[in-house]
Amino acid sequence: MNIRSLAAALAASVVLPLGAAQATDLEVTHWWTSGGESAAVAEFAKAFNATGNKWVDGAIAGGGDTARPVMISRITGGDPMGATQFNTGRQADELIEAGLMQDITDVAKAEGWDKIINPPALFAPCVKDGKWYCVPVNIHSWQWMWLNNGVFEKIGKPVPKNWDEFVADVPDIQKAGIIPLAVGGQSWQSNGAFGVLQVALGGQDLWKKINVDKDAKAAAGPEMLKVFQAAAQAREWSKDTKVQDWNQATNLVITGKAAAQIMGDWAQGEFAVAGQTAGKDYTCLPGLGVNEIISTGGDSFYFPKQKDPEKTKAQMVLAKTLLEKTTQVAFNLKKGSLPVRGDIDMSAANDCMKKGLKILADGKILPDGTQVLSPDTVTQLNDVIDKFWHDPSISAETAQKQYADIIAKAD
Amino acid sequence: MSSVNARPKSAVFKNLSAKIAAVPMILTAMVVFLGGTIWTIVYSFTNSKLLPRLNFVGFDQFERLWSSARWITSVENLAIYGALSLVFSLVVGFLLAVLMDQKIRFENTLRTIFLYPFALSFIVTGLVWQWLLNPELGLQNIVRSLGFTNFTFDPLYDANIVIYGVLIAGLWQGTGLIMVLMLAGLRGIDEEIWRAARVDGIPTWKTYVFIIIPMLRPVFITTLVLIGAGIIKVYDLIVAQTGGGPGGASEVPAKYVYDFMFGAQNLGQGFAASTMMLITVIIIIIPWAFMEFSQRRSR
Repeated sequence: MNIRSLAAALAASVVLPLGAAQATDLEVTHWWTSGGESAAVAEFAKAFNATGNKWVDGAIAGGGDTARPVMISRITGGDPMGATQFNTGRQADELIEAGLMQDITDVAKAEGWDKIINPPALFAPCVKDGKWYCVPVNIHSWQWMWLNNGVFEKIGKPVPKNWDEFVADVPDIQKAGIIPLAVGGQSWQSNGAFGVLQVALGGQDLWKKINVDKDAKAAAGPEMLKVFQAAAQAREWSKDTKVQDWNQATNLVITGKAAAQIMGDWAQGEFAVAGQTAGKDYTCLPGLGVNEIISTGGDSFYFPKQKDPEKTKAQMVLAKTLLEKTTQVAFNLKKGSLPVRGDIDMSAANDCMKKGLKILADGKILPDGTQVLSPDTVTQLNDVIDKFWHDPSISAETAQKQYADIIAKAD
Repeated sequence: MSSVNARPKSAVFKNLSAKIAAVPMILTAMVVFLGGTIWTIVYSFTNSKLLPRLNFVGFDQFERLWSSARWITSVENLAIYGALSLVFSLVVGFLLAVLMDQKIRFENTLRTIFLYPFALSFIVTGLVWQWLLNPELGLQNIVRSLGFTNFTFDPLYDANIVIYGVLIAGLWQGTGLIMVLMLAGLRGIDEEIWRAARVDGIPTWKTYVFIIIPMLRPVFITTLVLIGAGIIKVYDLIVAQTGGGPGGASEVPAKYVYDFMFGAQNLGQGFAASTMMLITVIIIIIPWAFMEFSQRRSR
């Protein structure tokens, strides 16, 4: 097997420069700029460059909220990039409807993506009227909590195994002068943490009723009030987090200034860059240890339509490369995300990723907020939760009412 | 301009070359500014999402806008920031200019120091002040390390006063320019007037308030326009310094427009918000312009 693939690689290295007569430059835009993220995206670049084309990196700093407007205005303004990241979901729907995205059905059919991408819910947002317009590259789940083991050693308690145990330890953590829960200043972070609390404490059924069926009654109900009350408690514990970016907040946990952070699995990349080991230096709790589940958010790559046929050809090559087994393994190990293929060897994965892979294999999955709600609704929810999280004068009841109003009008 | 137009010979072909030279700018103004404005207003009555679509929904977008807590906060913040920034820029700028005008030593050096912040963009200003006001790195930390361990000064992390933290940065950046404009105005005042005032025994402060300031009227108008434009378009300072936080407490209308047009992919809502901004500007500008120009004519 090894010899054969080596031979194939050698043959490829000889044939490709002849076959692909000229290397095509393809600009790829994304918002992966933190340490762990840029290490991961370098794996894509390496794999694509190996096909004889050239990956031109178009990283946009400042997170998705900053990057997406830039990408969208470039596409609608007639200056399309070769390929671009969006979150798996509804962010690029209108661009597809307006015919600005390249149809990549041929590659999808040839590679049998509908059979290899697991779970199938992942590629549903990519397929419109039986045609493929994007390729999911990873699964990112919000449903994690990250704990610094050292902090709990310091206060002389075992590392909590679930949210309730963590809550019980909070007074001791505060006594030690440590921030119990790190939440950065950007609005999506508080909204995300709130969503995790909602799934863990309110249960999946409640989450689905509200976010998928847009049931305003459930959103205004007593079960949801409990979630808001828990969040009102949690905001007290996070008020000393005086940083903006999520990775700065993660860094507080890594350095022991904060005990825990509710953040998606991308936080894992930061722990890895800091040279920490899962299970030894830090602990991860999927679904806050209460309700083990993986939400199938993540990133997809879209290919805006190009005038130059050479570029279109290169786009197809890139689409194919992104889902290849070796690329998937290399990328996801660095990124700390789960691969979109179930048929690859992830034995090099760490403790936390293995937990995630197991939950995924058990089929305990939930769609991500961005897949069921429009960006408009997500922004409005961000605003309400963000305000609630940072302003202690807003009661749980008031915030819940505003929340239910948005769900009632959600599309 | 007005002195040229006021001449009795107002033929179409007079100054023909100048008029031809102005055509591109007139066209730009008509097509880009006026056309763009009308286009925006029309589309603010539609339910356009990511891409503009002519699907009219009446005043829905405006109703949603005014029932949105975030928009209300934005408008309040702009009012606070606007009023304070206007008053402080003018007062501080004028006082600094008066100080400079006292024939002090090192005037050049001081003038450069005061004007320097204006050479920085709002993004840089915002970042600098984000660090200065960060409790762990900036002012609070310095004062605490001097021994005052209870000293707390973290406006950027307190929802109630965050807008004043932004105001400090805005004033730091903009006051220097106001000062220089005022100083130029003061230097343009004839020495004879000062002498006459002194001969009549009028105290210095009275001379400033009743003689000099009225004479500086054109300078004040210029600075007012500059400050006013700066207030309405404040956006980058907020983005760099606070990102609208904490908890949306430092949001401003321009940021609302941007976030809804691009982040939330809801063009209709963004257009409705920008139309409201335009209406506000018009409400302020039209009575003022009316007063200003009708007075000129009657002179």
